[in-house]
Amino acid sequence: MRYLPLEPSDRQAMLAKIGAPDIDALFADVPEEARLDGPIRDLPNHASEMAVDAAFRKMARKNSAAADMPFFLGCGAYRHHVAASVDHLIQRGEFLTAYTPYQPEIAQGTLQMLFEFQTQVARLFGTDVANASMYDGSTACWEAIVMARRITKRGRAILSSGLHPHYVSVAKTMARFTRDQIVHSAPELVAQGDTDSLLDQIDDDTSCVVVQYPDILGRIADMSALADKAHAHKALLIAVVTEPVALGALTPPGEMGADIVVGEGQSIGVGLNFGGPYVGLFGCNQKYVRQMPGRLCGETVDAEGKRGYVLTLSTREQHIRREKATSNICTNSGLCALAFSIHMTLLGEAGLRKLAAINHAKAVRAANRLAEIPGVEVVNDAFFNEFTVTLPERARRIVRTLADQRILAGVSLNRMYPDEEALAHGLVVAVTETTNDEDIETLAEALEAALASTREEVPA
Amino acid sequence: MSMNNQGRPTQPDMAEGTVKTFTGNRALMLEEPLIFEIGAAEETGVDFEDVPETESRLGGLERNQPIGLVGLSEPETVRHYTRLSRMNYAIDLGLFPLGSCTMKHNPRLNERVARMKGFADIHPLQPVDSVQGALEVIHDLGEWLCKLTGMPAVAMSPKAGAHGELCGILAIRSALEARGDAREVILVPESAHGTNPATAAFAGYRVEDIPATPEGRVDLAALEERLGSDVAGVMITNPNTCGLFEPDMKRISDAVHAAGGLVYCDGANFNAIVGRVRPGDLGIDAMHINLHKTFSTPHGGGGPGSGPVVFSEALAPYAPLPFVEKQGDHYVLIEEETAEDHHASSFGRMVAFHGQMGMFTRALAYMMSHGADGLKQVAEDAVLNANYLLRSLEDVLDAPFGASGPCMHEALFSDKGFAEGFTTLDLAKALIDEGYHPMTMYFPLVVHGAMLVEPTETESKDALDQFIGALRSVVERAKAGDETMHGAPVHAPRRRLDETAAARKPILVWQEPEQAEAAE
Amino acid sequence: MARYFTEEHEWIDVDGDHATIGITDYAQEQLGDIVFVEVPESGAMLEKGGEAAVVESVKAASDVYAPVSGEVTEGNDALVDEPALVNSSPEEEGWFFRMTLSDADELEGLMDAKAYKAFVDSL
Repeated sequence: MRYLPLEPSDRQAMLAKIGAPDIDALFADVPEEARLDGPIRDLPNHASEMAVDAAFRKMARKNSAAADMPFFLGCGAYRHHVAASVDHLIQRGEFLTAYTPYQPEIAQGTLQMLFEFQTQVARLFGTDVANASMYDGSTACWEAIVMARRITKRGRAILSSGLHPHYVSVAKTMARFTRDQIVHSAPELVAQGDTDSLLDQIDDDTSCVVVQYPDILGRIADMSALADKAHAHKALLIAVVTEPVALGALTPPGEMGADIVVGEGQSIGVGLNFGGPYVGLFGCNQKYVRQMPGRLCGETVDAEGKRGYVLTLSTREQHIRREKATSNICTNSGLCALAFSIHMTLLGEAGLRKLAAINHAKAVRAANRLAEIPGVEVVNDAFFNEFTVTLPERARRIVRTLADQRILAGVSLNRMYPDEEALAHGLVVAVTETTNDEDIETLAEALEAALASTREEVPA
Repeated sequence: MSMNNQGRPTQPDMAEGTVKTFTGNRALMLEEPLIFEIGAAEETGVDFEDVPETESRLGGLERNQPIGLVGLSEPETVRHYTRLSRMNYAIDLGLFPLGSCTMKHNPRLNERVARMKGFADIHPLQPVDSVQGALEVIHDLGEWLCKLTGMPAVAMSPKAGAHGELCGILAIRSALEARGDAREVILVPESAHGTNPATAAFAGYRVEDIPATPEGRVDLAALEERLGSDVAGVMITNPNTCGLFEPDMKRISDAVHAAGGLVYCDGANFNAIVGRVRPGDLGIDAMHINLHKTFSTPHGGGGPGSGPVVFSEALAPYAPLPFVEKQGDHYVLIEEETAEDHHASSFGRMVAFHGQMGMFTRALAYMMSHGADGLKQVAEDAVLNANYLLRSLEDVLDAPFGASGPCMHEALFSDKGFAEGFTTLDLAKALIDEGYHPMTMYFPLVVHGAMLVEPTETESKDALDQFIGALRSVVERAKAGDETMHGAPVHAPRRRLDETAAARKPILVWQEPEQAEAAE
Repeated sequence: MARYFTEEHEWIDVDGDHATIGITDYAQEQLGDIVFVEVPESGAMLEKGGEAAVVESVKAASDVYAPVSGEVTEGNDALVDEPALVNSSPEEEGWFFRMTLSDADELEGLMDAKAYKAFVDSL
């Protein structure tokens, strides 16, 4: 077997050293009834690299890759170009096959990268500090709600209707066990978000208000008033960013008063990967640092006075604080954080701003083009690279029809909100730098044709 | 030197007498500044087309302050990260004996399959007809995990081991609530990984310790004594963190079940028994499997991991959404919408989307490569290597449970016999100078100055013999009271770092020098 | 004024119904370099045996329990900026908080200096 270096003669010599007659003797503590007498029968035996590679190629071909067709899906995962050097660098064995940097003398590479990553995330979010990553945006969002409970000692979290429905589901699932109260309603297909309604709901029992920016329908709203009202009631404002590229063009949540900003970092350097692994981003104000979940990297000096980095404030974490830890998280998304950080370094300030400008401009073009189609209306006034349209019929059916024509048209709100009939005609369309004018035209023409043909099928 | 209770020097003394170079570099060991010190706001390593002319629809929220990011050109970027990478120890460089972490070789075929565009470049919300191959991978991997563990159901979405633990405990709580009896307490052995008590608390349970016997096993009698109508269940690591199989596992499970509780098994150490023992045969109700341990997906400097959870019949109905089902030749994704009819008792969603696809492809490629026969050999070689280390070192290093029989995939030692003032930490840091990553230290907490050594099955006998030689040498030095060990490592990119200063005045982000000074 | 000690390695100076609480020299030595201390705010009501403060070193975090019940009158703000005071002067400048006693009888059962020394020696 190609991954196992021991030869039969090695095994014999080692057993002799151990003083065991055979390998079974080393499993003596396993009770008789639990021992298997041979390889598990209904699984195949070993296979060559060539055979496994071929099996995966076969399965991969059954999937429609985004690169191969006009592609407009977003809703929390975005297709952006990832520079070739990103994927090269994260495959260096010293990054790929390293462990968590608990031995700082021989892990300065990972640690310095994390320090740079934390700085990039904090600056992007407009927060004082950021941690070394979480699993993804949805779990980071729940951790932020828990952190707000710890800080405010209150258990009522108000979630904006514009928050990604999966993030809401995660929070609701967890809150059922922790007995937190989650206040939330489904979004409406209107140009404005629910800021006014959120303002009305903040009271002295509120731990936090959670708003997504841009929200699930692509809408953008100033959150300053929410911050002010929340702070007046000693509650926290949590902002959720599922498309960090947007912050290359938009005022960051920290600048508008958000106390905690969490996000999904997948957009920058990570790729789609069918939903994971992604990278949760987590930033907050300096004064809440000891309430943060997850690992933190800090600067210090070594015995020769040289600058170096270590994991720090570990007493917040489960391996020291056990049941009193701020979170149970241990493994995070280190390598995805590296990909994010490398890509952000390649982009730089100028590159990120230009990338954001291109995304926005192309999205505006797409919105204008789709609005020309009879019966199609753009819901948003404001948006970044994603907007919602309403169709004269159920969006899910149209999405499937266009997928059959090898066009991935967007995410139907029916998929995201199966119980909300009022949203069934909504389609969320994302446009990035990877989309070209031809893709937009293809989508527009196919959508128009699909709508026309269904009108013929179903006479009014 | 100031020491804390684990003997960790936290404010290292300044070393003297090192030869200084103009650059600060030491041949191939290159110093590297932060990107913020070498990059510039206007510099970039990505070329873009011109921005198309359109009106702005940002709703008046245009950014009007600089972000504060810097960029580098591609060659500078490649060099920066390549230089950083060379300051890291890694499995690719050498034996990585971290107990409980299973740092085995990461096959590169896994990297290749994960990057196939049919897996890497598909969106989680694409219509399911357009991602049948991806769902097939998730389904097949789930089948492998069920068969290897002898359990009937699996949840694939948990993002890492601790997330898997949470998944298992939430399922236990859901099952108990469904019968109107949520209960309050989860019992956890003292030797458990910190995630276990943290998870139980995160799920709303109170945590109590289960005592251990002097032989390093769960004290069955004490456990039975404690069980009662308030105990929701136990979390047991098997093989345990002392590197020992719990021979009473089935009796523990039976006792917990008889008292109306459920059994969670931490599968972090599954590598020791994969293909040889099925946890399902030991009465376990839920167990997570760290794909980044047993199934060779890379640790990546801290993540990402993946922590699927297998369930018994009792817990299967409560498994989280979403999951994949095979219906005829078609794979279906069961989400909130479809769950209402068939899976109404699911405890809900733990994560956006469907789990760690990029880890699923890697783990499945690894399983298919090994097959049932190879995986059995994995466990056997992992256990053989650990016992070989145990017996090759126990004459110089105290092995607290060495007399009670063979270990599983990791060998546990203590600092007994070291000269006064010499600690496990000194030994670990001296090992760095010998070119090795240290073993797990001061864990489990039940052994003084613990050293937990897990070689894994991907080390050759020669590699083990070299490691044994190095370890014996540093042990002899610690016993002889070799003062130079307090200053180790001396050959690493950095000497011991001042963790006290880092924690007292945390510097977590870079600031321009003038700002940093102003903050003083 | 009398000084008492607890088995959790706290000291308590009592002057009438006022008390000052800190951790002992033995405790700070066990913890090592203290990096963070969280003291209760004045006005906080404490119950004997309840969590009152938190003290952290690099690799350990411990709760400090209230040795008696009462109301906090002052937390030692100096420890926020300079936690090292707990190492350098644990039983004087490194005090944690002051409080009023609600029940002087609770002092019974605490150790005096001699008894505490014997207790530490037995560990």
